[in-house]
Amino acid sequence: MLRYIFLRGCLAILVAFTVSLAAFLLLNVASDPAQAIAGEDATADVVETIRARYGLDRPLTVRYFDWLGGVLQGDFGESYYWHKPVAALVADRLDETLTLALSALAVTIVIAIPLGALAALNPNSWIDRFALGVAVSAQAVPNFWLGLIMIIVFAVMIPIFPVSGDSTWRHFVLPAFVLGSSSVPAVMRLTRTGLIEVMGADYIRTARSKGFRGWQLLRRHALRNAILPVISVLAVQLGQKFGGSVITESIFAINGLGRLALESILGADIPTVQMLIFVFAIVFVAMNLLADILNAAIDPRIRIG
Amino acid sequence: MKTLLDIDHLNIFLRSPDGPLHVVRDVTLALDRGEALGIVGESGSGKSMTALALMRLLPRSAKCSAIRLSFDGQDLPALEDGVFSRTIAGPRIGMIFQEPMTSLNPVYTIGRQMTEAAVARGLLSSAAARKKAIDLLDRVGIPDPEGRMNQYAHQMSGGQRQRVMIAMTLMLDPDLLIADEPTTALDVTVQAQILDLLDDLRRERQMGLILISHDLAVVAQRTDRVAVMYGGEIVEQGTARDVLFDPRHDYTRRLLAAVPRLDGAPGRPAPTLPRTDEVIVARDITRVYMTRKGLFEPKREIRALDGVSLSVKRGETLALIGESGSGKSTLARILLGLDQATSGDILMTGRPIHDIPTAERAAFVQPVFQDPYTSLNPRRRLSEIIARPLVLRGERDRVANLEAVREAMERVRLPERLIHTYPSQLSGGQRQRVAIARALVTGPEALICDEPTSALDVSVQAQILDLLDDLRERMNLTLLLVTHDMAVVHQTADRVVVMRGGRIVEEGTAAAVLSRPTSDYTARLLAAAPRFEIA
Repeated sequence: MLRYIFLRGCLAILVAFTVSLAAFLLLNVASDPAQAIAGEDATADVVETIRARYGLDRPLTVRYFDWLGGVLQGDFGESYYWHKPVAALVADRLDETLTLALSALAVTIVIAIPLGALAALNPNSWIDRFALGVAVSAQAVPNFWLGLIMIIVFAVMIPIFPVSGDSTWRHFVLPAFVLGSSSVPAVMRLTRTGLIEVMGADYIRTARSKGFRGWQLLRRHALRNAILPVISVLAVQLGQKFGGSVITESIFAINGLGRLALESILGADIPTVQMLIFVFAIVFVAMNLLADILNAAIDPRIRIG
Repeated sequence: MKTLLDIDHLNIFLRSPDGPLHVVRDVTLALDRGEALGIVGESGSGKSMTALALMRLLPRSAKCSAIRLSFDGQDLPALEDGVFSRTIAGPRIGMIFQEPMTSLNPVYTIGRQMTEAAVARGLLSSAAARKKAIDLLDRVGIPDPEGRMNQYAHQMSGGQRQRVMIAMTLMLDPDLLIADEPTTALDVTVQAQILDLLDDLRRERQMGLILISHDLAVVAQRTDRVAVMYGGEIVEQGTARDVLFDPRHDYTRRLLAAVPRLDGAPGRPAPTLPRTDEVIVARDITRVYMTRKGLFEPKREIRALDGVSLSVKRGETLALIGESGSGKSTLARILLGLDQATSGDILMTGRPIHDIPTAERAAFVQPVFQDPYTSLNPRRRLSEIIARPLVLRGERDRVANLEAVREAMERVRLPERLIHTYPSQLSGGQRQRVAIARALVTGPEALICDEPTSALDVSVQAQILDLLDDLRERMNLTLLLVTHDMAVVHQTADRVVVMRGGRIVEEGTAAAVLSRPTSDYTARLLAAAPRFEIA
């Protein structure tokens, strides 16, 4: 088990470095950062001054290793726009995004898993068709539209939740629902397929021959097997919640990383963008690592080769 | 004796796109306490469906009805599902399934799965259940039962899993045990041990036993009464003696004629001229595997083969017998070039195997594997599957290949109209014929057949064995037959090599080894082999 975690951890670190390199190249090669900071109408002189001031005239490799060296010491550089260390800026906003992402994930789990399970246990019944309907609509409806509709219905017409902001838990209810609903289709369908497959397995027949039925059968023999693929997909979904918070945070005016990302992209605040990409990537990698470890803990076939 | 089970006119229909299928027709059976009933028949004859109906385990698409279905005086269909699973499934009727590889839950320990039902029902405390489980594992012949309790299914072999399954069902002391091919995955000595255990339980506890099997010798030895099923119907039923030794129905007679027998004259007369031309020679083959249990444990050596020498002569059938773990499959794989010997030499018609290019080796020796369901690519047509060895050798002339495929199909007596079908459209016997045709297409000197018939029905087994023998004779083929079935050896082999623990313990003509074994081990194997006789 320890060996397994160690190997997976090494792999995760490798992935994180690759991502950092890709992010760096994308920002520095695909466009000219100095030009972006100066603005489209700036004269060549101004662009050159900016290039020199921010050290953008140095070779690419020097800049990358300079940045990487800083990252390893926790220094992500200073924001061009806010004139504060980027790390502090991100740390400041992390809370909001974390709250939003986790509560969105909770919404996904609470809706998708029971619905998927019910659909699996009654295939082709009305509940299965209802679940399919939910999945199709949640997949088809874009987040920004659902967000606006939720505001109109539950904040304006029936004012039970605030329209926007992030000061109390009530502010997070609508955004969490909006962000969480986008993951419902994938998780629900996977739960359904996984559970249908497990319920048809020979070991379930064995358990039935021992007299286990209904909930007992599910709890004792089916859930643990069926949950394995769901855990992997939930990890990916949580990573997406971090990235996907950009739109939802903007609609509900939540001062989190998503909004910071939007602002710094618009303001060509390269150090901030760079760190945010890095953080989103790390979250993704860490979640996948966590899912791998959880799966190994649950499934002895992974744990004991 | 008291009637335990009484089935009157059981009918089962399966929903299918082409209308309902009548898979079990008017089955009427009765079983007394302590009695053993054998149900025999081929795949698809409805024997497993009948058993599943008793346990309420039929697939959703099935509908069953009966005039009477009573167990120990209780009317089973009248019971609600909840009541049935609480009071009947498990403690009253237990069932052993035939798929040992998949019938245990992969994510829970053996110990948990064995004890949970007894503990959940409040029949035993967890300590008592654990003790009983260890005791039962010991009785079904699992070594180190205490250590095994903490292991998972994937850490055990198929045979061990099957024994765990049997022990698990016995945990609840059922009054009726339905065993669906319970010993198919087991070696003969273990099979005998398990069947003895079931006999004992029958006597000790007056347990009723329904033994579903395609092994007629096992049924003859272990059951009081026999029902023969064919096409969903019971075509004949009566005492084991009447049905198996004085069959009335045509189908029963045909079935019995197909059974390979250990008694009686050997199927193969001794050759008139001694065979001397050596096709495959193995000299002092050793195969060592290195394994380690944990990251920091030292490496351990496992000798799968330890100084094995044998020679297979042109035109003969050499049977390689031994129990699981004896090294017989490893040897077969090495001879096929699928595995490398750690030391020793292999000669094919006098040439060292490593001097022969892989593509050319296909002209010397070809494999036929045990499971025709998994050894054929499901997404390829027969024409492609059978031509594959030719394509691999670089022969890409489509017309010539197709001609070769036709010829191979004709040799194995597969109708030509099947040439463009997929394996899934064929029966088990037809698939095994495809595997043999694929082996023959390169015109090899020898075939190495690893348990070629153990996944097949008896009547199909007889056809395949006949076919192999016929091919051997007509094409002057050399056959190496890896098997655990003594009766098959008796009927089809010229010579026998007995393996145990990676070594050869006995070698000789089939007639001599089977009638006068010189090694104790061979004698024990023979004693454990089910014989076609009434106990």
